[in-house]
Amino acid sequence: MTPSRTAFAAILAKDLRTELRTLQSLPAMALFAVTTFVIFRFGLDRTSLSGSLAAGVLWATLLFAAVLGINRLFVAEREEGGFDAIRLAPIDRSALFAAKATALLAYLLALELVTVPIFAFFFLDSAAGLLPLLAILLLADIGLAATGTLISSMAVNSRARDLLVPLVLLPLVVPLMIAATGATDPVLAAGGPAYDRFGTWLMVLGLYDLIFALVGYAVFDFLLED
Amino acid sequence: MDEKQPAAEPAIRLAGLRRDYGERTALDGVGLTLAAGQSLVVLGPNGAGKTTLLRILATLLRPSAGEAVVLGCALPDEAWKLRGRIGYLGHEPLLYRDLSGRENLRFHAKLHGIERGRAEARIAALLAASGMERRADERVAELSAGMRQRLAICRCVLHEPELLLLDEPDSNLDAGGRELAQELIGPGGGRSRVVVTHDPERHLPEADQVLRLGIGEAAAVS
Repeated sequence: MTPSRTAFAAILAKDLRTELRTLQSLPAMALFAVTTFVIFRFGLDRTSLSGSLAAGVLWATLLFAAVLGINRLFVAEREEGGFDAIRLAPIDRSALFAAKATALLAYLLALELVTVPIFAFFFLDSAAGLLPLLAILLLADIGLAATGTLISSMAVNSRARDLLVPLVLLPLVVPLMIAATGATDPVLAAGGPAYDRFGTWLMVLGLYDLIFALVGYAVFDFLLED
Repeated sequence: MDEKQPAAEPAIRLAGLRRDYGERTALDGVGLTLAAGQSLVVLGPNGAGKTTLLRILATLLRPSAGEAVVLGCALPDEAWKLRGRIGYLGHEPLLYRDLSGRENLRFHAKLHGIERGRAEARIAALLAASGMERRADERVAELSAGMRQRLAICRCVLHEPELLLLDEPDSNLDAGGRELAQELIGPGGGRSRVVVTHDPERHLPEADQVLRLGIGEAAAVS
């Protein structure tokens, strides 16, 4: 058997190299997010947001931008025979799950690197809440990456992939989004960040991440079977 | 004392092999034994189940019924032991279009746990043997179908498999390509081979056994 970390590194490097070369996912995700912020800015007719409204605008936008990347996560594996190549290799298939989830996490972090400063520029009076927001973004991204990878691998063989991913994914990430917005609300409060129940929400996010990472690791092998 | 040596494990042993896709039976009643190092040529019209048979042997499909033992591993339960010992050349080249040929081969070498130095030497040798040295750093998407097939052959033998499963290996290859391919995936070298083909004139001379599959007919081995 090839060591799992070798397979993980090979698949992750292949995915990141392909994305850097083709830019198939990230620009679309970023463009979607920025356009949505512009629409919110003019739709709400407000130059400043705080609390739950700011949290809602931020997470709704990031979630739907993430769906674009999740939809495409396994397309190369499906269309270019990557699934067969990986099933023929002497590797633990969970390495594919871990590599894909890590690639998606990297896309989400890159997306946020571009879009969160734009969000702050459009809507926030102060940048004080951005530092604690980083912890929320990281934990929510891990959950989105684990769940998104799992759902994407199931949906990729369907012709209705673009419909199936949001239909199955969105209900599954409702707890994640409740925790993410719950943690973000006080952090982006008017008058500076507060930390009411901040730790509790972070723990909920961490628990969600753990559960879906373990579920993905446990079932992924069966998802690749004929 | 005259001790009997145990008979060598056959490369493939099939008995009553069947595969259904829902209500449709794609393959039924296939039975044969292929000794190690021998070549089996599979013939039959489109839809007779040739590719299905190859995919079962490659552990990519589960049999619906019957027995399949490949390189001593019973399928599907011991499929995990078999991976890495098979070289599979299917209809798809299993190459990523946005990577170059060399990058694809490096990727597959890593998946098969080939140490880096040995992988580089092996890749260089295969690219030379397949006539792909000059185009190896171009993206696969920019190559012709014949060149992709040459790279797919390199991928198929990269990890020096014990059993080759070849589905129409000559497709898209010109005469020169077929000759080069013969050196890489032809008979010999102690490898066992299963070759699915629509070109019996070319492949029958190298067959130790022939399996004829028909639609709605019993499979015949000769």
